[in-house]
Amino acid sequence: MWSIISVLVENKPGVLFKITNLFRSRNYNIDSISVGITENPEVSRMTITTEADEKQLNQIIKQLDKLIDTVEVKLLDEKKSIYRELVMMKIKVTKPTDIKEITDLANAFKCDVHDVRKSSIILEITATPDRINALEDLVRGYGILEMARTGICALARGERNES
Amino acid sequence: MEKISGARSLMIALEKEGVDIAFGLPGGANLPIYDELYKSNIRHVLARHEQSASHMADGYGRVSRRPGVCFATSGPGATNIVTGIATAQADSSPMVAITGQVPSKMIGRDAFQESDIIGITNPIVKYAFQPMTPGEIPEVVKKAFYIASTGRPGPVLIDIPKDVQQNEADIHFPSEVKIRGYHPWVDPDIKEIERATEMLLSAERPIILAGGGVIISSAFAELQSIAELLMIPVVTTFKGKGSFPENHPLSLGPIGMHGHAEANKMMTEADCVLACGSRFSDRSVGTFEEFEKNLKIIHMDVDPAEIGKNQTTNVAVVGDVKTSLRIMVKMLIQKAIKRNGESAWSKRVKETKDYYRENLKIHPHPLAASKVLKKLREVLPGQSIVTTEVGQHQMWASLFFDVIHPGTFFSSTGLGTMGWGFPAAIGAKAAIPDVPVLDIAGEGSFNMTENSLAVSVLEDLPVIVFLLNNFTLGMVAQWQRTFYDRRMIGVDLKNCPDYVKVAEAYGAQGIRATTIDEIGKAVQTALKSNITTVIDIPIDPQEDVLPFVAPGTSLRDMILPS
Repeated sequence: MWSIISVLVENKPGVLFKITNLFRSRNYNIDSISVGITENPEVSRMTITTEADEKQLNQIIKQLDKLIDTVEVKLLDEKKSIYRELVMMKIKVTKPTDIKEITDLANAFKCDVHDVRKSSIILEITATPDRINALEDLVRGYGILEMARTGICALARGERNES
Repeated sequence: MEKISGARSLMIALEKEGVDIAFGLPGGANLPIYDELYKSNIRHVLARHEQSASHMADGYGRVSRRPGVCFATSGPGATNIVTGIATAQADSSPMVAITGQVPSKMIGRDAFQESDIIGITNPIVKYAFQPMTPGEIPEVVKKAFYIASTGRPGPVLIDIPKDVQQNEADIHFPSEVKIRGYHPWVDPDIKEIERATEMLLSAERPIILAGGGVIISSAFAELQSIAELLMIPVVTTFKGKGSFPENHPLSLGPIGMHGHAEANKMMTEADCVLACGSRFSDRSVGTFEEFEKNLKIIHMDVDPAEIGKNQTTNVAVVGDVKTSLRIMVKMLIQKAIKRNGESAWSKRVKETKDYYRENLKIHPHPLAASKVLKKLREVLPGQSIVTTEVGQHQMWASLFFDVIHPGTFFSSTGLGTMGWGFPAAIGAKAAIPDVPVLDIAGEGSFNMTENSLAVSVLEDLPVIVFLLNNFTLGMVAQWQRTFYDRRMIGVDLKNCPDYVKVAEAYGAQGIRATTIDEIGKAVQTALKSNITTVIDIPIDPQEDVLPFVAPGTSLRDMILPS
């Protein structure tokens, strides 16, 4: 089961290490992790996606909660939250018509197009993982030279602590 | 406000926490701390190895229920206490370990005696601090003691760079601290306790499983009330040994790999268990899937992360075990529930207990472990503190040494650290000097920290080492006999050294006892003389610890002595 966990942590050195070391030492899996500051400079938000069965997921949340540097741990309901990932893909351009085809795809997916060259083009997309995977499938034929993904970033819908 | 150094503020902060004793070893990177220790009222106990210092602090912490303090220098000094920290973490023991670190400007430059002790200990501490300015130290100390001693206790590390110890600043001592992400006490949910009570009352074959949490929270009286009101038999985990008087008619003793036969048997026949302060370790319950079959589990624990970790629970009560049990006792009294113990289950329990106590075969050797330990129980005052090392002798202690006074038995049960028992006994003696302290030891384990004899003698912290000497790493030898077709390797210690002479070399008393009668007399001599004594008891190297639940099997598959 793919799950999104949103964790508010103390914004200080070593906390990311504690979180990732917890996953390592207890044999849990991190699919993606994104970290950034929040409206409160004292805390950061980490968004972690993981593949785990219900029992393990339960343990992950409790073990995260047990860490003294975690302020709040929430399992996000996909339907009741907004979650996005930013991805950049450098795509190979082989023949001149490729550029037109790739930019058409980019428009259909509401991507930004950067660094258009004779031999390559960079697409930037912010979307759900499903949409990103769909785009990736479509451009794979041209050849993906390089790719960078930020990992999921997410917030629960509605007012704070409502869900 | 007067400017004071980081080291001075550390000492003041420790004194404010009520620290009057610390165990440790000085070195280059903690000399400023030691210089302030010289000027303070805190008693310093000089260990001969940092690992032993950490075990002493652990033993002190378990017995006094206040964090034991140990000091080590940077690099190897710090890495030497890693085993002690891991031991304290595995057994939820309150400890504050304070290490020196290379000066802050040298961190990360692979300086002499630099080790990343914060990184190394991350998975085995409850929390770790590295103050980078002297002004942070009082708050760090206050937080460290708060974290180490509250909720589920554990070890906290404070790693202080040398320049932070030396530098001076205006220092403020906070009277209280708040930690946003730490909520150690949760009030138990009354509704869940009601559900638990109903489940326990409607069970046909209920049993209580008492773990180490009962000892940590001193829930002895509450546990006994529930057992007696409902006439429910009590088994314990090994860590929970002594949470319930083992001479009580309802006591069946510890379950587990080397649990009592009657305890394992009744555990497997029960239909509902009230587990108090237990984490369902594999050594206690065998295979997880088999254990929970046909069993309703009520789990009370202070640590929410223990709920559902190893066992699926039917009712979970998160909170201090003493508080939860007290509420349950009140509910039972309000409902005027008092049972008389004439149920079919009570009869079955009594029959089983009588059967195994009368019919289990005893090892034929004149110094069989059971005879030796029963003699020890006879002569050792009931309130004495007993620690153990790790190995066969430890499991024999579990089987044959009855703990009568709750909370007087301590062992490295989680990590299984050989060499723990002796320094821990010294720490225990420091915590309650008026009570006899005895370490039930094997020579393989004792060998690992025997240089603490110097500490015990010189610091006037006399303890008795009751050495079951089979000249062998006995537990490993037993597994090689049992599982490896008697291919014995790496287990023969060949009667070296002579422990009577070792004791004497350190200025302690060494007595060799070769009969049951001599053993009794030796213990009495040690108790009377009140000096550190090693009683060397040559036992049979061929004796196995039985019953035995082999690893990866169920309590149902218990192997009995034949």
